[in-house]
Amino acid sequence: MHSLTVAELAAGLRARRFSSLELTLHLLGRIERLAPELNAFITVTADRALDDARRADERLAKGEGGALTGVPIAHKDIFCTDGIRTTCASRMLSNFVAPYDATVVQCWRAAGTVLLGKTNMDEFAMGSSNETSHYGPVRNPWDPARVPGGSSGGSAAAVAACLAPAASGTDTGGSIRQPAALTNLTGIKPTYGRVSRYGMIAFASSLDQAGVLTRSAEDAALLLGAMAGFDPRDSTSVDALVPDYVAELATPLAGLRVGVIREFFDKGLEPGVGKLVQEAIEVLRAHGATVREVSLPALPLSVPTYYVVAPAECSSNLSRFDGVRFGHRCESPRDLRDLYERSRGEGFGDEVKRRIMTGTYVLSAGYYDAYYLKAQKVRQLIAADFARAFGEVDVVIGPTAPTPAFGLGAKTSDPITMYLNDIYTIGANLAGLPAISIPCGFVSEDGRDLPVGLQLVGPHFSESRLLSVSHQYQQLTDWHRRVPPGYE
Amino acid sequence: MEWETVIGLEIHAQLATRSKIFSASATAYGAAPNTQANLVDLGYPGVLPVLNGEAVTMAVRFGLATGAKIARRSVFARKNYFYPDLPKGYQISQYERPVVEDGTLEILLEDGTRKIIGITRAHLEEDAGKSLHEDFHGLSGIDLNRAGTPLLEIVSEPDLRSAKEAVAYMKKIHTLVRYLEICDGNMQEGSFRCDANVSVRPVGQAEFGTRAEIKNLNSFRFVERAINYEVERQIDLIEGGGKVVQETRLYDPDRGETRSMRSKEEANDYRYFPDPDLLPLAIGEELIESVRAALPELPDEKAARFGRDHGLSAYDAGVLTASRELAGYYESVVQGLGGNAKLAANWVMGELSGALNRDGLDVAQSRVGAAALAGLLARIADDTISGKIAKEVFEAMWTEGRSADEIIEAKGLKQITDTSAIERAIDEVMATNPQQLADYRAGKDKLFGFFVGQAMKATQGKANPAQLNELLKRKLGG
Repeated sequence: MHSLTVAELAAGLRARRFSSLELTLHLLGRIERLAPELNAFITVTADRALDDARRADERLAKGEGGALTGVPIAHKDIFCTDGIRTTCASRMLSNFVAPYDATVVQCWRAAGTVLLGKTNMDEFAMGSSNETSHYGPVRNPWDPARVPGGSSGGSAAAVAACLAPAASGTDTGGSIRQPAALTNLTGIKPTYGRVSRYGMIAFASSLDQAGVLTRSAEDAALLLGAMAGFDPRDSTSVDALVPDYVAELATPLAGLRVGVIREFFDKGLEPGVGKLVQEAIEVLRAHGATVREVSLPALPLSVPTYYVVAPAECSSNLSRFDGVRFGHRCESPRDLRDLYERSRGEGFGDEVKRRIMTGTYVLSAGYYDAYYLKAQKVRQLIAADFARAFGEVDVVIGPTAPTPAFGLGAKTSDPITMYLNDIYTIGANLAGLPAISIPCGFVSEDGRDLPVGLQLVGPHFSESRLLSVSHQYQQLTDWHRRVPPGYE
Repeated sequence: MEWETVIGLEIHAQLATRSKIFSASATAYGAAPNTQANLVDLGYPGVLPVLNGEAVTMAVRFGLATGAKIARRSVFARKNYFYPDLPKGYQISQYERPVVEDGTLEILLEDGTRKIIGITRAHLEEDAGKSLHEDFHGLSGIDLNRAGTPLLEIVSEPDLRSAKEAVAYMKKIHTLVRYLEICDGNMQEGSFRCDANVSVRPVGQAEFGTRAEIKNLNSFRFVERAINYEVERQIDLIEGGGKVVQETRLYDPDRGETRSMRSKEEANDYRYFPDPDLLPLAIGEELIESVRAALPELPDEKAARFGRDHGLSAYDAGVLTASRELAGYYESVVQGLGGNAKLAANWVMGELSGALNRDGLDVAQSRVGAAALAGLLARIADDTISGKIAKEVFEAMWTEGRSADEIIEAKGLKQITDTSAIERAIDEVMATNPQQLADYRAGKDKLFGFFVGQAMKATQGKANPAQLNELLKRKLGG
């Protein structure tokens, strides 16, 4: 039951082959047994899950409910959940219980899903390996000595290990796609503005976007459809019709124009990864897609651009964590300054502090033009590169990450090396474009099979196309159906 | 050396919206602490600002009323600093691209000359909360009811040359925002306050002197006193061989002096950058035209009309149009009276304003309504009572709330115009004062006043003065 996709589970629930309560109990049992070794969850909401499941079963019994009624899910612990602790994997918020639901949480709840728990992540979503969490690193189900990627590492590990059929994530510079790639999942980051950011604790507001990690493109279509749409509480959300993503999955590959991003096949790309990506592209070509090379010359500047813009925004976004109204407060502050310094000093981890300091610096008088303003200009160049490419092709394609999952601790001492792991994913965030990562094969390292992800990026609001291309590819391949050994 | 003062004002007008600028919380004044602060105002994790369209409309009203440019695209920025009454750790404020730019305002100076003051910009921003340092046993209390209240910050050019000009300008802005119904103008509650940038330079010097910014002045009197003190301080400093330093100062109304708050070096680096949670504010022609069409008659237009149609002096027209309510009251009196604007103007500016001031009332709370005052003035106009008696009647109306006619009737104050009655009084006075009569007739002309007084007294002041004069002259002459 646990290795079924959301679509398969939904069919089983409606056919009454099993109840939501049976399914939920089964998954809670797996979580209890398997989640601790992976450290995938920060909070397991068993009571809430059972309540949700019973309610779903009542509706299903009456023939009511929608496609997702009774389907268990998990939320990244960055989404505020009414009455349930929301930590953002930070000591700062280890005691924080939000008095409201994020819009994404509301949407999935309204769709009848069952909340299993809140997943581990990099602290405030700042990291690419899930090693910056206050609650400790998450392990990759494909090799427990390796990272699952980040920042949505807990969501990725939980779905990959079949502890949950789907989980929400957020993607500021690759935080859905890179962990999806490293754990053999489908992970979609929608167009900026497609999904409400209300109730999603902000890291870098102009880049943050909610999405989903699943075990198939079809599941991603189902769950994205249930979270996308305009929200009057988020001024940056876009008031545009949400297509029927599931219905459009049937769009054939024939006639698809694919652009292979030249800059992504650089010297940083591990050859084994590059080979699998090329093979995946050949599958698309063999089934009617036309393939050509495209160049996005400004794209190599995306990492330095990102590491100016994102820290700048985060330095301001995280100012509200001051020990005054919520979150961690130091013991017996001497005065206001002491309250600020110790509360923040104790509450934030090293990577968060590093980014707050970087961001404060780039916004400072005398440096603003040289860093922040220049980065915004480069950002426009990158967006212009993509726009030019989309004049010629429907999607651009390349690897999601330069390497498969790396070892725990392998990059923690050198932040720059860690940052370079996001080199292929950041561009879509800077340009606000939708992007998806799907499984495209495995490389073998140390006797372990490690998954590799293929990334597709499309024009604004082309989620339907990204999902249908992914779905069609998944009809031709079965990489996405593989489950890590020991979690079958 | 002769010195010239240079002043620019930054006026903060709290916009009279029902809800806050980025949240749905109410903005009413005086609620129990923290009862008008929702998750957005508290800066909770995950919440986002949504701009209140009414605040934008009000900013546009102000812009159009001052002949300013309305930016078709303006940008909200974050001003970053830590303070407990600033929940997010930043204030959302328009910085590089304000919604209103390049306006002007004409002020009327005491000597009757007019002066155009430039308005550099007016921008939208949110207010912070309040820190309460008393009553918490060494701790501080935070009230976030005010956090997120919409403000329009109106920045003048450094065009003001004296404290008096600064006050005239501030009063004019105060008048304007109330005409436009975008601010209640309540200075006690902090709805209207200003910072003054003050510098001095030798007369004839082109470049400005170093300025000091005096923060948070919340009365016209304080603005005048603070500026005068600061100007004197700066001149004394320079003439004593010192130098003015750029700094922020606070005015202490108890001591009547300004004190240094922080120097330029200590100033925060606010690290402004565009707020990524808010899209640039786009304002279309349609909104601008609908706001323009709904603008009320503005104070200058009204004053010009009072001059043109009512024959009022510029000064009188200025006084009467200082508030929309006062101007409305005056116009109702003129209407009730069917003309005689000068009489109405004198009474509204004189007796009425005096009584309102004495009792600390607004014109809307006046104990004598416009129709009632018109009723009284009509009795002056038709010679039923004299102006002097009218003042007595007005006082009675004010305290008793009855109409002029009722009081005139009840107190028998009707003017005596019956010639024989006046003649009887004169005869009586002449009969009881034979010595004075003889002296007058012998050439002591100045005794005429004595007879006027006595005859008036004999009629309890009710004799028509012109008639009395004429009859007295005739009779005394024999």
